[in-house]
Amino acid sequence: MRVIVNGEEREIASANIGALLGELDYEGTHFAIAVNYDVVPKSRWAETALNSGDEIEIITPRQGG
Amino acid sequence: MLTFYDKTFSSRLLIGSALYPSPAIMQGAIRASGAQIVTVSLRREAAGGKTGDAFWKLIRELDVTVLPNTAGCRSVRDAVTTAKLARELFGTSWIKLEVIADNDTLQPDVVGLIEAATILINDGFEVFPYCTEDLSVAMRLVEAGCKVVMPWAAPIGSARGIINRDSLKLLRDRLPDVTLVVDAGLGAPSHAAEAMELGYDAVLLNTAIAKAADPVAMAGAFRQGVEAGRTAYEAGLMEARDFASPSTPVIGTPFWHAVS
Repeated sequence: MRVIVNGEEREIASANIGALLGELDYEGTHFAIAVNYDVVPKSRWAETALNSGDEIEIITPRQGG
Repeated sequence: MLTFYDKTFSSRLLIGSALYPSPAIMQGAIRASGAQIVTVSLRREAAGGKTGDAFWKLIRELDVTVLPNTAGCRSVRDAVTTAKLARELFGTSWIKLEVIADNDTLQPDVVGLIEAATILINDGFEVFPYCTEDLSVAMRLVEAGCKVVMPWAAPIGSARGIINRDSLKLLRDRLPDVTLVVDAGLGAPSHAAEAMELGYDAVLLNTAIAKAADPVAMAGAFRQGVEAGRTAYEAGLMEARDFASPSTPVIGTPFWHAVS
């Protein structure tokens, strides 16, 4: 299905967030994720199903002022 | 002691983690500043990337309190969601709330700011709003539940120092019980000292330290400026006068004669 990951449209096979991180080769450990502007806690990544057209933000810590 | 939402700190300098020439210089500058609170942000991670992990390791090594920001957010929805992502990512209910109205001045959108602050406070956040020096805006933020208000001195990264001293002084006078932080626009330790002399509880700095020729040395200089300004405020500055007043005693001046 087609979803939007960090502003880019992508074709993915994964059915949930946990699988998506593996599919897209995310290797780090410190992420926060929002789907359609709702934050999904890490404890619910494996069970949170993705749907066609979802907007997914994958966010990490960065330098800031 | 300085209090932010029931947490106390001895350092009155908050420092940003961005724009340093290298990670080692960032750590050195933060240590030299004596700051106990460091601002950080959140950004998209590219697939396969580990940038966030590497940066987070550097911050963890410093043993500081982290204050995440919503820098770059231009709408209430973006800012509120970014704050919630920050809470998930950093495990803190603190948020430096920025809602930006204009790209050239990075002027805070004060209307959106008050709306976002209200939403976040109702959701349990402890909000540090980045705002203008407008008293009515600050009062609305306090009414919404902000115990901290952070007016700008000048546009972010401009190094111009305090542009509107009278308004900043008015904020201090009218909001004696609110923790006030001058955030943004300071360029020199003397600017930081001036903010502290006005009775501000703390200053937040990033660019003026990170973009100095020697950021570690400049961090130390700002630390001294903040400490000098705070001590001066506590010592009680004398009022300015329009005319001269001799400091050396007049009585007994040699060759002195009364002038008619």
